[in-house]
Amino acid sequence: MNREMNAPERRVYLDHSATTPVRPEVLEAMLPYFSAEYGNASSVHSWGREARIAVDLGREKVAHLIGATLSEIIFTSGGTESDNLALRGVAWAKRSKGNHIITTKIEHHAVLHTCEALEKEGFKVTYVGCDKYGMVDPEDVRAAITPETILISVMHGQNEVGTIEPVAEIGKMAKEKGITYHTDAVQSAGRIPLSVNDLGVDLLTMSSHKIYGPKGIGALYIRKGTRIAPQATGGVHERGLRAGTENVTGIVGFGEACMLAEKDLPEESKQLTALRDKLISGILTRIPDTILNGHPTIRLPHNVNVSVKYVEGESMLLNLDLMRIGASSGSACTSGSLEPSHVLLAMGLPHEVAHGSLRMTLGRSNTGEDIDYVLETLPPIVSRLREMSVFGKPS
Amino acid sequence: MYNDKVMDHFFHPRNVGEIENPDGAGQVGNPICGDVMRITLRIKDGKIEDIKFKTFGCGAAIATSSMVTELVKGLPLDEAVKVSNQAVAEALGGLPPQKLHCSNLAADALHTAIEDYRGKQGEAIGPGPSDGLLKPRPLAAPLQEPR
Repeated sequence: MNREMNAPERRVYLDHSATTPVRPEVLEAMLPYFSAEYGNASSVHSWGREARIAVDLGREKVAHLIGATLSEIIFTSGGTESDNLALRGVAWAKRSKGNHIITTKIEHHAVLHTCEALEKEGFKVTYVGCDKYGMVDPEDVRAAITPETILISVMHGQNEVGTIEPVAEIGKMAKEKGITYHTDAVQSAGRIPLSVNDLGVDLLTMSSHKIYGPKGIGALYIRKGTRIAPQATGGVHERGLRAGTENVTGIVGFGEACMLAEKDLPEESKQLTALRDKLISGILTRIPDTILNGHPTIRLPHNVNVSVKYVEGESMLLNLDLMRIGASSGSACTSGSLEPSHVLLAMGLPHEVAHGSLRMTLGRSNTGEDIDYVLETLPPIVSRLREMSVFGKPS
Repeated sequence: MYNDKVMDHFFHPRNVGEIENPDGAGQVGNPICGDVMRITLRIKDGKIEDIKFKTFGCGAAIATSSMVTELVKGLPLDEAVKVSNQAVAEALGGLPPQKLHCSNLAADALHTAIEDYRGKQGEAIGPGPSDGLLKPRPLAAPLQEPR
């Protein structure tokens, strides 16, 4: 069966929280460093010096996006490695002071699985819950603090449902108590304005490929004076905190992406918010028995996450894919496990409603016409799946 | 992830629906794991004259439900009951390993529907007219009042 034959012309990508295309300016900035200026940034000679200059410039641009200084940015292979370095690095550096870590039930797996691994290594972890909007209450974090607490990690922009967590409030609390504070800002840095001093964080994770930079590069902001044990050992790179020959092309690309994000953020976030809200209200009004997941307003500008009752997520995605629309879901079948999204369950959604979730995350390429196309295409898909479904009233 | 045959059954499922006053009905799975299938049967002369399914579930769930109905429609019950999970997955040309549990559900739904039909036939034998076509099953317990 040739599915491509009758495929519509328009292709609509709505999975920008999964990854984004590299912007043309970013690609252009990177190219010289593949084959022309290809030196190892640690080499003494001129090839090395060229590369070193490019690395420092990239670092400056990344720092500027989040209001940090040059020496506080460490490059890693991506958001996951930055989360690992933050959690393991601080846990082990401060082991003599205590062994308790506070995080939340709604973190990305990069944080959760690392915390679970640390538990097996003798640390104690409290996983604070959230409300029905996926919002963490700072008072719940405060209540979890003990004399043994050495680290708090609460994400900034929730990747599945888009809720923006009260990182600044928790930061104030962490500072009062002298507890090191990390935030996973993979979804928020470059999408909403943020500054490490306003947030009061000691560590912050960033990822390049979420903001139109290349994959395979991320950063960890580490506030001056924060004790941290390196995890990737083998050299003095990144001030001895993360060994490995610098990914110069990646750093250059990431830096360029951060600079562009900073410049375009105000206009882009306004446009995305308008498209987001149009899509959300369109779905909620045109398709009965749908609910919005995540906070209605304290929400990342590009994130739409809805649950469509009586229907399962992967079957919606396959039908959308046939119409050349790319989205994602929190159903078990899409995650490859038997459990649906841990975030939706933490928010109190019943399993079957979590299985019917659809996440659509917008980006620079999306237009009003794209939204119109989705709003025409999704309702008949849902009707057809509901007719086939065991649950629900006939539509 | 899915081959063309699976996609065909997913986008053009056979025998979707619900038989009114079915002779046998079976529902398996639960919303917790994300796949639920319901199969209804019309039995005539010991054969599956008609079969329909409804499924809440993913691509593999819908495709396997459709395939199992296609495999057994028109078959005598004794043969239909032999259709296994592997047979469904093989008829579809294979499924990714993490989706094989969906094919289990399709075969289970069919078997549950057949058992339901047979159970109803068993209960009909006893004090009261029998249609003469089925042998009465040996009853381990004393006859009870029909519910």
